[in-house]
Order: sequence, then structure tokens, then C-alpha cells
Amino acid sequence: MERHTTDSRVKGVSTGTTILAVKFRGGVLIGSDSRASIGGSYVASRVINKLIQVHDRIFCCIAGSLADAQAVTRAAKFQLSFHSVQMDSPPLVKAAASVLRELCYSNKEELQAGFITAGWDKKKGPQVYTVSLGGMLLSLPFTIGGSGSTYIYGYVDAKYKADMSREECLQFATNALALAMGRDNVSGGIIHLVVITEEGAEHIVIPGDKLPKFHDQ
Amino acid sequence: MMNIDQRPCESQRGGFSFENSRRNAMLEENLSKLGYSAPKARKTGTTIAGIMYKDGVILGADTRATDDMVVADKNCMKIHYIAPNIYCCGAGVAADAEITTQMMASNVELHSLSTGRPPMVVTVTRQLKQLLFRYQGHIGSSLIVGGVDATGTHLYSIYPHGSTDKLPYLTMGAALHSVFSLSLSTDRSGAAAAMSVFEDRYKPNMELKEAKTLVRDAIAAGIFCDLGSGSNVDLCVITKAGVEYLRGYDQPAQKGRKQGEYKYKPGTTAVLTKTVTPLSLDLVEEAVHLMDTK
Repeated sequence: MERHTTDSRVKGVSTGTTILAVKFRGGVLIGSDSRASIGGSYVASRVINKLIQVHDRIFCCIAGSLADAQAVTRAAKFQLSFHSVQMDSPPLVKAAASVLRELCYSNKEELQAGFITAGWDKKKGPQVYTVSLGGMLLSLPFTIGGSGSTYIYGYVDAKYKADMSREECLQFATNALALAMGRDNVSGGIIHLVVITEEGAEHIVIPGDKLPKFHDQ
Repeated sequence: MMNIDQRPCESQRGGFSFENSRRNAMLEENLSKLGYSAPKARKTGTTIAGIMYKDGVILGADTRATDDMVVADKNCMKIHYIAPNIYCCGAGVAADAEITTQMMASNVELHSLSTGRPPMVVTVTRQLKQLLFRYQGHIGSSLIVGGVDATGTHLYSIYPHGSTDKLPYLTMGAALHSVFSLSLSTDRSGAAAAMSVFEDRYKPNMELKEAKTLVRDAIAAGIFCDLGSGSNVDLCVITKAGVEYLRGYDQPAQKGRKQGEYKYKPGTTAVLTKTVTPLSLDLVEEAVHLMDTK
């Protein structure tokens, strides 16, 4: 699907990463690990939050170069808030994803950042979009990204069910992230999750010692 | 000037021109083929650190500046003034850190005069991050900005590519030259050593004395465990009341004192023979230049 950068080629601080977003019944769940690394061997930050709120009910998670991702999400946040004032209504999730896609595509030579956008809007309800490195925009029921995602493609393909409940979805996402963090050296730390529904956004943090264990001695 | 990567229908977009980067890379490659190496910028090597404690923030730094493997400055100042309530530690290329922080100090002063309010740490961080991002990592300075402003105590780290992080305790070292660098440990400098001290002993809301000792220990770890860091520990304590700049707070690396007497008395070595041969030289030219010592 999308090209995954090997981490050592990302300039500066890299988010390393495992990120995912899943649609469930009535909402959408977006999650990530919390590690930022330099050069694949030093953890620059073990508690970074990669879930950036670009609007009230729209979050995006970042992968790739941290500097590029921070700059792009700042620009997107500004554009979306301006757009929502102009339209006098909260922006569509697709609009948020399109803004990110536009920035990624026009600057594809210079930027090294990919995003997953997820949220809820009145028109289409819960949605998940992925914007890859080169600026491809796809709408999907669930998506995974980052260097750690390669280790869990099998797991998510096997375990995903359409129309899960909130609890089932939380368990699915937590398991997937824990499995990836267990195998990928540049993903780790704690799990950040945000559940977005019509009511609003709820941030859940799962500390390292509460992560699900899979045959770890 | 047209950029090679641009589409022909587009006119030059604004922003920094990186045309010379390609030329510089080619020059470096050609020079190394001839056996020369491009001159390396003087780096601070460095260990810098910052923590938030009960009443404010403490910044710490070592004082060694290196030119490759030679110590260029044994007592340089790495904690730079930005505003009366905001200071910034700089690691990486010495010139970049120095100039960037000086520029930021004057920008912040102008901004504060324009808004009529004392400056905020987040303003400095935002401007620094946008500057460094615009130059895409070519300005090799890693910074720790700390201060106390109207909204409270803040501590930020800024990496050369323009990413920032807000944490209660931070350490930084010199930037990586290239992401493919194999000697990651020397490029990282004392940051890892200092971070290990913080991770072990940091507690939120420490008292001043304990916090100063912790920062001093972290910088000392960097001084001992990293070749690019050394000499003294500088500290800067910033609180709502004011700033205490402790230059030369500690000198952990003392030069060892010789334990014995290593001089030999004249006559220890016996002289067996002595031959004097005068060299007959002709004086060809004599010129006297007086040195102006006024």
C-alpha cells in the first residue's frame, strides 16, 4: 500500500511509530505509541503524544519526521479553524484530511511525514482517512501506519470486525498497538487512545505496565 | 533564479534557496577524493540540561567548545540570555547557537515592546522552531529554552530540524551530522549520560538545593562520559523573583596533582665526552623590523 520509510533515513527526530485508527459502532478510535527516536538508537522522548487535535472532533496522528509533522499539523489546524469560521459549522473530517493531503502533496519533495485522520462529523458520522508520504488520500474502515505497523498487518486483518462495540474496539486497538510495540524497536512507551463520538473526544492513556502481555516471560 | 526541481510553469516560490546545498555536497565529495576534507564548523560537543523544580526552572551546561578533537574554548558560555525571564542553552554548532539566540533575544525584545507585555517562553519557542524548520536542519543548533512568565514555568527542547518537546526535564547534545553516522555515541554527546541521571533521580517539585545538585550531577555525568563535554558546570536558576546566573558553579574535572618529585639533580647523568664544532656561516642579509609595542 504505502511506502514505509526505514527509520534511519528520516532527518532529525523521527516519530518511529505505530499508529492506527478504527471505526466502530457510533464513533471512531485513534491510537498511537509514545516514542520519538533519533537515528534509530536514541529515544529522544518516551512520552510524546502523537495524537494532535486539529479540531473539536477531528484528530490526526503523525508518523515520520517530527519536525515536518509538527509544522504541517500547525498549518492544517490554522486552515481548518479559519475554514470552520468561514462555513460557520465544524469542518468535515474529509476536509481535514484534504488539507493535510494538499500540504503533503505540494511539498512532497521536502516533507517526510504521513498522517492518519479520524473524526466525527454530522454529514457522514465516524470516518477514518489515511494520508501517505507522497500525498495519497484514502478512506478506509480501519488503517494502521508507521514503522511498527508492518508487524501487525496480519493481526488486524484477521481480528477486525465491522461494527464493533466501543469496548471491543478498545481491546482490538490496545492489543494491536501492544503487539507492534513489542516487536518494533522504534515504537514503545505508553499507549495514547482517543475515542471520538458525537458527544465529543475522550483521551485514554494506558501506561506501560498495564499493556496486554503476549507470552512475555 | 530558477530551481531545478520546480515545474516550468511555476515562478520562484518564496522561502530559503537550497541551491548551494547541492554544490556544497559535490565539493565535499570531490575534496575527499583528492585527500582533503572540508573545514568542519566548531561545535560545542556539549551537555546541556534543564529541569522544572518547585519555584521555577534550572538550566545547566558544560563549558567546553571543540574543533574536531581539539578543545577550542575551555570556558565558553552556553547559557544565553533571551529575555530577563527567559534563558536558552545551546548545543551543536557554536556559531549557529550563538547567532540564533542573539537574533531571538532582539526579536523578543521588539515583540515585547510591540505587545506591551513581558515576553512568554512559548513565543520564543515558536519563533525558534519556525526559524529552524525554514532552514531544514542546516542551522545545526539544538536548544533548551526555559523561563518563568505570566502563565507559569515552562521548559522546551528544540531540535535542529524544528521539532519541539515540552517536558519537566530535558537534556540535549550536539546534533547528528548525518543520519547515517555510525558513531552515534560521540555525536549524541553527554545527553544520554545526563538523561540517565535525571531518569534515576528526578522528582516533581524538588527544593532548590536538591534540584541544583541534580542538574550539577547530570552535567558532571556528561563531562566525564563524553569527550565533547568538559571543564566547568554553569547553572542558571530562573524563578518569578528573578534570575541567578551561576557561572562556574562547579569544576568536577580537577587536574590531578603529581604525587612525586620528577626532577633530576644536575650531574645525575655522567658526561663521558664533550665535542664543540663551530659552524662557519656567512651572513648574507640582515634586516631589522621593529615591533610596535605601544
